Amino acid sequence: MKRARIAWAGAVHDAIEADGQLELLTPAFKGRRVTFDEVVWLPPLAPVDRARTVLALGLNYADHAKELDFKAPEEPLAFVKGESSLIGHRAFTVRPDNVQFMHYECELAVVIGKPAKRVKKADALQYVAGYTVANDYAIRDYLENWYRPNLKVKNRDTCTPIGPWLVDAADVADPMNLALTTTVNGQLTQQGNTKDMIFDVPTLIEYFSGFMTLMPGDLILTGTPDGVVDCQPGDVIVTSIEHIGELMNTITAAPKAA
Amino acid sequence: MNTPWTPPYLPQGTVYGTLLNFRREHALWAPRMNEAPYKAPPQAPVLYIKTANTFTPSGHAIALPHQVAEVDVSASLGLVAGEGGRVASAVLFNNVAIPHESYFRPSVKFRCVDGFLGVGRDAVALDALGGLDGLASLVIELRVNGVHRQTVALADLVRDAATLWADVNAFQTLRLGDVLMLGTDCLPDGSRPRAKAGDAVEILATGFKPLVNAFVGEAS
Repeated sequence: MKRARIAWAGAVHDAIEADGQLELLTPAFKGRRVTFDEVVWLPPLAPVDRARTVLALGLNYADHAKELDFKAPEEPLAFVKGESSLIGHRAFTVRPDNVQFMHYECELAVVIGKPAKRVKKADALQYVAGYTVANDYAIRDYLENWYRPNLKVKNRDTCTPIGPWLVDAADVADPMNLALTTTVNGQLTQQGNTKDMIFDVPTLIEYFSGFMTLMPGDLILTGTPDGVVDCQPGDVIVTSIEHIGELMNTITAAPKAA
Repeated sequence: MNTPWTPPYLPQGTVYGTLLNFRREHALWAPRMNEAPYKAPPQAPVLYIKTANTFTPSGHAIALPHQVAEVDVSASLGLVAGEGGRVASAVLFNNVAIPHESYFRPSVKFRCVDGFLGVGRDAVALDALGGLDGLASLVIELRVNGVHRQTVALADLVRDAATLWADVNAFQTLRLGDVLMLGTDCLPDGSRPRAKAGDAVEILATGFKPLVNAFVGEAS
């Protein structure tokens, strides 16, 4: 099942995909269908009762590590993001003025389904609720070598589109064999496959849960392959993962100072 | 006067920590800042996140993982975001980390271990502390097993509370319930106070209830 979280008619609703439409789960409107264009798409994540842990990976595809002039890491290069950087499908992401290189990163996002502590690789996928698509934008102008990648690069407001769907894990036969693509204004710019991850999803769950308990709703953004290019205001970026979804985002300029 | 009982504070939003925000540690690092892998002094605030699995209420024990004999313990003051991007209150924290020498790569495995953030009993209204400017006179004491180990003076910040708050909000909005910790100071030799299993760490400051956490070995 493909699950969405949307704003429609003055309220937030959970919905599922049905015949190319959204079927609302809200009791008052249960079964009612609305079109994709009628709604505001929110991150496809249920609220959690504590701060959501958003883990992200750098250099987790061999080709991207090479592109960025680094040796492949010997252990996962992990960093943490705040939930406030998340934004839904069809949203605007702000490009600051006077930067030279702002790029998308198409990533398979894993949503944890049950508390995970010291989970073994062989059991790890049982702890996954589902998968979605994340676009983990980076602004390389702000990169510094202190806890790199630093938060000014990776934790900006509007800079982590995610969605449109949370696809149930049961519906994803092999998360480690999914094609990823990104287009900019319809032109293909990034291509890869989750089978080329350096640290695959079960390995990442084993690694993180070895020192931190992951909770339902926590996220792991698993890194991006080769092929990142600069994005300018007005550009429409579609990050897609086979069987998971097509996440659309539009770059917009920063508001002018009053 | 009877004060009504309130439930213990626990952070409701994301908790950010700040690296290298005390003058002493910044000065100790300065000679190395232009060397590889850093190559330049930090410009933006250097931040990290303490994930929710680290939160340990005052009075509760913090477990050391297997094969970790000692951890850094650090007194820090966290600013809690209210409505409209303003600071609403402040909280004492015991910011625990596995000691690490390099500040090049993110510190997730050193800082986000289960239980590694002792959280003060109450979020104290900023007004009761003299506002953001009043924080400059706040002094925090850290004791291990009742013995004084460190005095942390917020007058010694590189970016004071108001400056750090503004510089961080310039690129990531701190939302209602998010917390920004102002940083942790080092000892004169650059290290931090340590705790091992069996120790009790107290963090004290005027206007706050003491934050106390015992350290224990991890249950096998």
